[in-house]
Amino acid sequence: GKDPNPIGQTEGSKWQKPRLSRKSLMKCCLVKWIIASTTQQGPGKDSSDSDLELSMVRHQPEGLEQLQAQTQFTRKELQSLYRGFKNECPSGLVDEETFKTIYSQFFPQGDATTYAHFLFNAFDMDRNGSIRFEDFVLGLSVLLRGSVTEKLRWAFNLYDINKDGYITKEEMLAIMTSIYDMMGRCTLPSVRDDSPFEHVEKFFQKMDRNRDGVVTIDEFIETCQKDESIMASMQLFENVI
Amino acid sequence: MAAGVAAWLPFARAAAIGWMPVANLPMPVAPTEKSKRQDELIILNVSGRRFQTWRNTLDRYPDTLLGSSEKEFFYNEETKEYFFDRDPDVFRSVLNFYRTGKLHYPRYECISSYDEELAFFGIVPEIIGDCCYEEYKDRKRENAERLMDDQEDNKDAKLPNMTFRETMWRAFENPHTSTMALVFYYVTGFFIAVSVITNVVETVPCGSAPNQKEVPCGERYTVAFFCMDTACVMIFTVEYLMRLFAAPSRYRFMRSVMSIIDVVAILPYYIGLVMTDNEDVSGAFVTLRVFRVFRIFKFSRHSQGLRILGYTLKSCASELGFLLFSLTMAIIIFATVMFYAEKGSSSSKFTSIPASFWYTIVTMTTLGYGDMVPKTIAGKIFGSICSLSGVLVIALPVPVIVSNFSRIYHQNQRADKRRAQKKARLARIRISKTGSSNAFLHSKRNGLFNEALELTSSTEEEQRLSKSTSLLESQHHHLLHCLEKTTVSNHEFVDEQYYQQSYLDAGLQNYPSRSPSLSSQDGMTGTCCTRRSKKHHTPLPNASAATHMQPLTHTHTHQQGLQELSTIHIQPLSTSRSSLNMRVDEPAPLNCQSSQITTAIISIPTPPVTTPEGDAHLPAGPAHQNVVKVSAL
Repeated sequence: GKDPNPIGQTEGSKWQKPRLSRKSLMKCCLVKWIIASTTQQGPGKDSSDSDLELSMVRHQPEGLEQLQAQTQFTRKELQSLYRGFKNECPSGLVDEETFKTIYSQFFPQGDATTYAHFLFNAFDMDRNGSIRFEDFVLGLSVLLRGSVTEKLRWAFNLYDINKDGYITKEEMLAIMTSIYDMMGRCTLPSVRDDSPFEHVEKFFQKMDRNRDGVVTIDEFIETCQKDESIMASMQLFENVI
Repeated sequence: MAAGVAAWLPFARAAAIGWMPVANLPMPVAPTEKSKRQDELIILNVSGRRFQTWRNTLDRYPDTLLGSSEKEFFYNEETKEYFFDRDPDVFRSVLNFYRTGKLHYPRYECISSYDEELAFFGIVPEIIGDCCYEEYKDRKRENAERLMDDQEDNKDAKLPNMTFRETMWRAFENPHTSTMALVFYYVTGFFIAVSVITNVVETVPCGSAPNQKEVPCGERYTVAFFCMDTACVMIFTVEYLMRLFAAPSRYRFMRSVMSIIDVVAILPYYIGLVMTDNEDVSGAFVTLRVFRVFRIFKFSRHSQGLRILGYTLKSCASELGFLLFSLTMAIIIFATVMFYAEKGSSSSKFTSIPASFWYTIVTMTTLGYGDMVPKTIAGKIFGSICSLSGVLVIALPVPVIVSNFSRIYHQNQRADKRRAQKKARLARIRISKTGSSNAFLHSKRNGLFNEALELTSSTEEEQRLSKSTSLLESQHHHLLHCLEKTTVSNHEFVDEQYYQQSYLDAGLQNYPSRSPSLSSQDGMTGTCCTRRSKKHHTPLPNASAATHMQPLTHTHTHQQGLQELSTIHIQPLSTSRSSLNMRVDEPAPLNCQSSQITTAIISIPTPPVTTPEGDAHLPAGPAHQNVVKVSAL
């Protein structure tokens, strides 16, 4: 992924709360570069400056208060999360490749890239190809501090690959295959080629009430709320942060 | 897992909610954090420089000192910080490792100090990042080579009990070990020089008889030269045979380069001896004489520079090979071109392509003898191209060879310098060690003297004698005192001279002793010999009063080594036999496992304080101490 060092930081020494105001936008390197490349530059312009800024696209997150308002995390938790996030992605953005690499490290035996791809799309709400800190923290807020319904909604969003509101068998099969891929080869009993398919069938049997071949959000939530073990497992990761 | 990945673990766990709706089986219970701590800043005070970091940062690597509970040992309650008495500069790299997950090696840092710091903080050096790994490994290798060099020097130290053969071999390899070897070295060197000069002078035309053409000296003074040659060859043969005898592995010796040179140098003479009568082969015999010039290579044993040159050429074999190959290519090309260019001209010397080789070589090496010159215009053009390219082709590999030579030569210089410095360093260390042991003995003597003076109780002298020794010294001396007192019969330390003296003076019966081994390895035990001998309970035959010393001693062979405090036996005396017996009967459970001890009773009159060599035998006057010191070792 990107690994720049903040050479191009043209800000002053004092750290100011980042806002997406016009002023800060103007200072954003990307904007500067676009402007610089389209206008004629005088001989007095510092060209080395723009050269450096070319190499780095940076994103500053919204302010702490705004994020506090949008999510269920406390201020301290947000600070801690941001520190971890920024440590890993100094540029403030996670692109898909980096995301896949990071997620794959947790599942060394199998191939987690496909599932990571789906996960990435679930987090990247504005579909711009990179996860910003806001996306990250909003997603986490739902997963860790949200109500069960919100979590279920999130899960539905994950399974619905094309985000059309319906989970089809193909989508579910893709998700299931990717989950089984994460297991890898060395399992007992070993993963058969039709295991995902079987699993999808079971899932649809359970979830698809009206047998129309797709699962809608309401069917999904309704079925899950009736299932005890699913409800219990939803509470499993309450204390992660 | 890498540091960064640990930071993403909460995220991965949260994302696992995506599996829940599709799961068939119930999930296992999640591990709970027992003490849910908020992330806090901790202060690390390293020699006064304060570093602050989050506790979580340090917890990323739980198998290091800072990441585990081991750091609690360094916690300072009053200041609420962790204090480490280490180098703050290196600590910077260590802490950055926790922060970024990459360990860097700063170039200006000494490799051993860096390694020590890493060992202290429990970090394995193998995780140094790629950016710094090469530098680290290079420095480490240099250090290891240096250590190996030092060890090799130690190997030169004379081992005891070397057979005659081994001594001879060592003498041959290192002429500096003994005078004989040095003499031998110079003698052979002289004869090599004489032999070479003889060979040269043999061919000089020495004055001629009238009406005869000039005759080389060799033919004029045949006998003289023959005698000289014989003498040299005798010496060389003897030397070769001696080396062959002394070599640890004769087969390997015979295969080595130097021995082959030796053989080639002396063989022509013997072949000549055998073949003098046969006229047909005498022509071949003459050519054999050429090989006598190989004797000059025998000088390489005497000159280190020559050896380095040879080694350099060997190590630059690939560059030399390349040089040769490219020259050959160029020669062939240019020779062909020149031949065809000069074919047209009438009286051309370029009769064939091989004939043009000579011209090409002479031109490319910029010699230009002028015996073959191109006459046509095309020939001249190509000739000039040839000479220009020759310069380039030769100039390219030469700097590589030169730099190799320079590197090896300087390495050798450094090794020699280190050896010399090491000798000086060891001498200094030895002096300081004997100084410290002398200090102890001195203070002890003064102490005893103090006791002796107690009677007179002259405060002035006491004050004078109780010099101000530092706290460390006094504690050290106290420790040695305790050791002395521990030994049942109160063995005491004395210095070497005193010990030697008393031993010499004793000179009495020596009990059969088995291997006296010197345990000078043990730091402070100080017993210079450990012995196992039978225990004699029977009263010692000459336990009559005074002057019998029955040392069980020690063939004290270790001359130089009283680096630690030597021991001794001694001390006065006991007059009455009963007390002797008393002591004798006591078993002596010493610290060492020596199961048996023999007792020796030595009586020395008092006070042994002033002069160590003193009055070892007079049973004068009343003794202060009725202590029988048993030298049981």
